[in-house]
Amino acid sequence: MLINNFLLLGAVLFCIGVYGVIARKNAVMVLMSIELILNSVNINLLAFSQLHDNTDGNTFALYIIAVAAAEVGVGLAMVLLIYRNRKSISLDELSEMKG
Amino acid sequence: MLAETAAASSGWFLEHAWLIPVMPAIAFAVIIVFGKKLPMKGSEVGLASMSASLAIAIGTTWQWVQRVDSVHSSEGEGALARGVFGFARGLVPRAAEGGEPYVEPVIRSWTWWQSGGVEFGLGQHIDGLAVMALLLVTFISTLVQIFSLEYVRGDRRYTHFFASITLFSAGMLAMVLAENTVQLILGWEIMGLCSFLLIGHWWEERANSEAALKAFLTVRVGDIGLLVGVAILFGAFGTFSIQETSRIAMDPGTSQTVLLWAAIALFIACIGKSGQFPLHTWLPDAMAGPTPVSSLLHSSTMVVAGVFLVARLYPVFYNGFDIAQNGNSANVIAVIGGITIIIAAGLAFVQNDIKKVLAYSTVSQLGYMMMGLGVGAWTPAVFHIFTHAFFKCCLFLCAGSISHTASHHSFDMKKDMGGLLRRMPITAGAWMVSTLALCGVPFFSGFFSKDEIIDNADHNGYKVFFVVGLVGAFMTTAYMTRATYLTFFGKARGAAAGEHHHDEAHAEEHEFALATVGPDAHADHGTGVHADHGHDAHATHSKPAFGIAGESPILLVFPLIILGFLAVVSGYINAAPFKIEKFLEWVEPRASEFAPLIDHAKFTWAKAMPSIVLVALGFAVSLLICKAVFGEAGSKLKGLTQRNRALGAGHRFLVNKYYLDHLYEKVIVHGVAHPIAQAAYWINQNVLDGIVNAFGKGGRKAGELVYKYVDQGLIDGIAVDGSGKAARGTGGALRPLQSGKVNQYGALLFGAAAIGALVLVIVNI
Repeated sequence: MLINNFLLLGAVLFCIGVYGVIARKNAVMVLMSIELILNSVNINLLAFSQLHDNTDGNTFALYIIAVAAAEVGVGLAMVLLIYRNRKSISLDELSEMKG
Repeated sequence: MLAETAAASSGWFLEHAWLIPVMPAIAFAVIIVFGKKLPMKGSEVGLASMSASLAIAIGTTWQWVQRVDSVHSSEGEGALARGVFGFARGLVPRAAEGGEPYVEPVIRSWTWWQSGGVEFGLGQHIDGLAVMALLLVTFISTLVQIFSLEYVRGDRRYTHFFASITLFSAGMLAMVLAENTVQLILGWEIMGLCSFLLIGHWWEERANSEAALKAFLTVRVGDIGLLVGVAILFGAFGTFSIQETSRIAMDPGTSQTVLLWAAIALFIACIGKSGQFPLHTWLPDAMAGPTPVSSLLHSSTMVVAGVFLVARLYPVFYNGFDIAQNGNSANVIAVIGGITIIIAAGLAFVQNDIKKVLAYSTVSQLGYMMMGLGVGAWTPAVFHIFTHAFFKCCLFLCAGSISHTASHHSFDMKKDMGGLLRRMPITAGAWMVSTLALCGVPFFSGFFSKDEIIDNADHNGYKVFFVVGLVGAFMTTAYMTRATYLTFFGKARGAAAGEHHHDEAHAEEHEFALATVGPDAHADHGTGVHADHGHDAHATHSKPAFGIAGESPILLVFPLIILGFLAVVSGYINAAPFKIEKFLEWVEPRASEFAPLIDHAKFTWAKAMPSIVLVALGFAVSLLICKAVFGEAGSKLKGLTQRNRALGAGHRFLVNKYYLDHLYEKVIVHGVAHPIAQAAYWINQNVLDGIVNAFGKGGRKAGELVYKYVDQGLIDGIAVDGSGKAARGTGGALRPLQSGKVNQYGALLFGAAAIGALVLVIVNI
């Protein structure tokens, strides 16, 4: 069982995702990065699920896929609205929440 | 009668009765998705599904009747005596010896979902009660949809109207054949939602959307009771199945306390849904919806859901409230029902809106049903659901027909109706027949059901409710006579006379109408102006513009004829005076294991006499008063119209008339209400205000002292200012963190998660 390979792939994807969330200014890129993070988690879940011969991990992965789809739907809708209002989706300019 | 085969078999329709609610549910989805693209904007789908449901319901009824008959004849008892027409059955002593054959309900169930070992099923529980309700709901829904084809034609939300009304039918049907209480709640809530949607169908008018909200929220108050009651029953009995619940409730070993609390909780739901006394206020307001909606939901089907629930889980109520015990002269159901009868009937006298009269009448009749269940008259109460649905639906559709064709979308009897008898003979005929049925005039359907309730209240030892029932019958006749008089007799008024009461906007049309028709033809001439102001909904329908407007279009009249016919004949299924007890035989469950055995009063004309006399009396008294009050008013009005015509101000005609009415109602309403209000005001000003002022002055003195020393010195100085400063300091320190930048938040999140993970790793190792 090449579990290490799977875990390594998951870790790399996760790091790329975290980098994307922190560093990218484009909102769509940030959403994509979040997808990367979620999928890296999926890979981990599936890898361990295979390792322990237990289908719980598969179930969780399915849940995550469904939730991620909903999340990205909402996220893209927000991005669309933001674009409509400001003609830009740069996250730098979105600092209305500044305290 | 097919004893050997039918006793065991149940037949295709009985096995597949669950299709009845499924078809409108599918139709709802189809209408919502494709409705607007269809040639008839979705109405054909709704109508087709209702017709198909009706066909299956008829098949189910037929097979159920066969099943009952086969069980009866297989017992070999009285099969010959019953004969083909089922006459001469009433003399067989029933219930007392408990030896009646029990007809098994046809129960099927599928697992819907399960959670923690508890299964929630969907299914069907087809017994006499369910079959009756299925037939009733599908039949009335079909007729009302036919009526709506014409009535809401051209409405801006025509498709949505049909979608909602079809979904309502699906919900109601799912509820009446519910196999378990969860499914019952499901159907119950779908109905509540559709009621909200349909009352607020014309939500652009604020009053309508407020009425919808009021209806929804008021019923929701009761619905909490339904959830609690179902939870109690499940907690105590461990089952959702209605049959199991009934069986356990009938078990003498079951704790009566549990049943009592469950019954109270469930009954609160019934009070909300069926417009019983404390929560009845939503039902008259619900008349803001389109008339077909009032006729289907708020008179004949949805509002009887509460009564149906009591009838369905009758063992719980029967044993919970201890209805059987003789000498126990009152219980919650009977008291609430009795109060509702009287209060609602009283309110019906002072309404000008024809639909409001009918709404209060509905509330009052629901009170009869509740009272019937409360005094142990299960079968008469259920039979009253059956007969009431036909004649009350018919009355509402008559009101719709009048407003659609004759009174220019107004429902005001005093302003816009009158003298419609000759103009609209079919509508008037249907109305008369239904009114006679509602009043309980002998040989009309209402007589056979209502009189049975009253008779059984006496028979079961509930003397007070016997009297309440009789008084209710008197009042019913009186207010219906008033409504009938105002609508169909006397002189035509307002819109019915071709007057136009929106003069500002349509002055020229108004004059044109008067010029065309002339002053003397008021009583007989036609619809007059039918410009397209009207109601929102009726912007585009076609109408005869001037001249003698006759009856409503065929699509409106056709349901009226059928319902009017049924208002007469539906009573003959269970006409006690003629010893016909088919309804009792088909619907009543006669098994001491699953339902209380009901002891029926024997009908005699002597016992029916008081109610017949009171009905006659109510008619006579009301007619005399109406003639005196409205008749004279009519003659004065005629003079006024003629004078005002020269001035071209038909508006004042209505204002003056209003003034007369005002005077009339002041005698009754003001005479009672004003002294009470005055007394209350005096007490307010002198007693309560005095106390309040004294308290206020004392409080102010104390407050000043406290302010000066405690507040200013102690609290403000140290506690408030100090904590404020502390908060400000920390806030200032943390402020840079709240930059509003998403990336920074993300970095903080991952940083925190990384630290957390690190901690976990270190601790674990």
